[in-house]
Amino acid sequence: MLLSPAVLALNGVSFTVTLMLVLAAGFALQVVRHWDLTSGSERQLELERRTYLIATLVTWSFAAAVVSLLLFVYNAEQMATQFVGAMCATGVLNAHPLGWPTLFLKILIFFAGAAWLMLNRLDNQAPDYPLVRVKYWLLLGFLPLAALEAGVQLGYFLGLDPDVITSCCGSLFTADGDGVAATVAALDPGWSLAAMYGLGLSVLGLGTVHGWRARRGASGVGFALSGALAFAAALAAIVSCVALYVYEHPHHHCPFCILKGGHGFIGYWLYLPLFTATALSLGVGLISGWGHIPSLTAAVQADGQRFTAAALALFALFYGVATYAILTSNLTMTGVWW
Amino acid sequence: MRQFLRRQRYLIDYSLSALARRPGKHLALLLVYTLVVFLLASVMLFTQSLRREAALVLAQSPEIILQRQIAGRHDLMPAEYLDRIGRIRGVSAKYGRLWGYFYDPAVRANYTLMVPPPGSPAHGEPAPGDIVIGAGIARTRGLEVGDYLSLRSARGEPFAFRVAALLPHSTELVSTDLMLLGADDFRRFFAFPADRFTDIVLQVRNPREVRKVAEKLSLALPDTRPILREEILRTYDAVFGWRQGLVFVLMGGMVLAFVIFAWDRAAGLSGEERREIGILKSIGWETGDVLRMKFWEGAILSLTAFFLGYLLAYAHVFYLSAALFEPVLKGWAVLYPDFRPIPFVDGIQVATLFFFTVFPYTVATIVPIWRTAVTDPDAVMR
Repeated sequence: MLLSPAVLALNGVSFTVTLMLVLAAGFALQVVRHWDLTSGSERQLELERRTYLIATLVTWSFAAAVVSLLLFVYNAEQMATQFVGAMCATGVLNAHPLGWPTLFLKILIFFAGAAWLMLNRLDNQAPDYPLVRVKYWLLLGFLPLAALEAGVQLGYFLGLDPDVITSCCGSLFTADGDGVAATVAALDPGWSLAAMYGLGLSVLGLGTVHGWRARRGASGVGFALSGALAFAAALAAIVSCVALYVYEHPHHHCPFCILKGGHGFIGYWLYLPLFTATALSLGVGLISGWGHIPSLTAAVQADGQRFTAAALALFALFYGVATYAILTSNLTMTGVWW
Repeated sequence: MRQFLRRQRYLIDYSLSALARRPGKHLALLLVYTLVVFLLASVMLFTQSLRREAALVLAQSPEIILQRQIAGRHDLMPAEYLDRIGRIRGVSAKYGRLWGYFYDPAVRANYTLMVPPPGSPAHGEPAPGDIVIGAGIARTRGLEVGDYLSLRSARGEPFAFRVAALLPHSTELVSTDLMLLGADDFRRFFAFPADRFTDIVLQVRNPREVRKVAEKLSLALPDTRPILREEILRTYDAVFGWRQGLVFVLMGGMVLAFVIFAWDRAAGLSGEERREIGILKSIGWETGDVLRMKFWEGAILSLTAFFLGYLLAYAHVFYLSAALFEPVLKGWAVLYPDFRPIPFVDGIQVATLFFFTVFPYTVATIVPIWRTAVTDPDAVMR
């Protein structure tokens, strides 16, 4: 176990978030069982008041989870000096089998939390709270995810042993290795770039169409799916191609080093818009299905349009930054890749 | 969007005036909050700067140090080992070093005596009879350039050295007790065997070759132990991180007490405050508005305390040399280095500190604030 303040903070936050969600889930369970808006009983009044508490607890849990995702990556970056052979966050995540799962769970929690908050926002706009049961059932599903993340993260930090020889990003992301990370690096840069731009076009196109038709209650599931696919393709393209142009090095595939100051913090310009846009598109997919409820129709249209517009702007920003990184790079792969 | 921002502005405006209306109550909380941030931030900034200092110092040190061991104890290195190592591919330079410790009974302190390695940056090897000393020795013995320092050699004879120069102040953390002298003086002073060195160092240009070179060394000379610079750095990193973590665990009690204090403060609303909430709700504020207002109140308080505490800690560490915990974190020594850490702020520190202070405060106040916000107007005004 590494007893550094950042590790203590990360574990503390994950367990506190789990605790807050246990509290919220306890209340949510009562709401799911006894919610009856037509009743004027004291219990119903109490339940209505509790919805505020639950929403507040979940909002703060989500905010903490977002910061903890950033801190986790930062911390992995900083701990690289303590592991033989680790040169950046990749090596540290690789130092224990639970490293990558922790990161993926944190990302999953980010998307789940964002989508839930958007659903909650939608529901709160209707006077009769038609989605109360749906959103609290979803919340009950959110809890095991948070608990799992806290446990996996603790296991990761407990299992980290600074003497383990880890492969640094240079060796992990070489094309002849095995494992998921190596598979992504071995993708043909041309294909991965084509997939990124192709799916980018599809998400921008579907988003524009959805923004146009949201007023008529169109489903946003297509947009959400294309957003998720564009997200996956974008991450793959960053590892297999975009990062190489940022580093101006044909074999450096690390997805974390682009966050460093030496590369103008361009990673933040890539990841923040990409993650936010994907979360928004997933949320649009989730909320667009409730337009048929009369009290929600107007809110679904307004929120759907607003979130779609924001997601499109952020996706466009991401593709703009990625294109800029490629075009302004001094790395030339003409004749090798193209 | 504009409406949203305007709404938040009015809420902030209201929260500020509410805070100003009861300065005494909030000032106490602010004081405790600032103190908590200050203490944690000081520990953090100080250990972080020590860590950086160590990394900066070690950046100049050789990649591999080779020590000879006999029966598990450090022994002098025969000079012929330099030849026995022979040519190892990747090693750009290798030489024997002469250094040791000397206890000076006059000031009851240990000096580190060293012959400057070839090509050392600031000072070449001092002329016979000359020494270059660190600021700590100069301070405790009251020496200036040109003065003489007389020490008793290993054979019991007095040895007078002329102070030729002082080491720069900027390196004081590592050079405070350092005394540089010529190789012949060193050997005569310690009666050091002529065919021995203290250890051998090797420079390796390519960091990826260091471990291979170390492996070859331990095969060629089984009675030696190679120590790698990266290992030292890693150990420092781990040790400083561990110390910092230990202090944080100890301070966990303090944070917990603070959380209970904050909870108590948020839960124990005065009758006047209850009435205020009641009036707000009766004139049309919703529960959500009261919640938002209360969170703005918390945010204002937290940010003020956080910035105040952090700035105070910054001044404490970088201008007052962390006067409060210097003895604990730096260990004890007679020749105490007077060092000013290089100011350095790092995002991960701020985020960690935020999680140790603002996050617990926020979590502790959620339930009390919610309880306040859902009170019925008629219940409190009646």
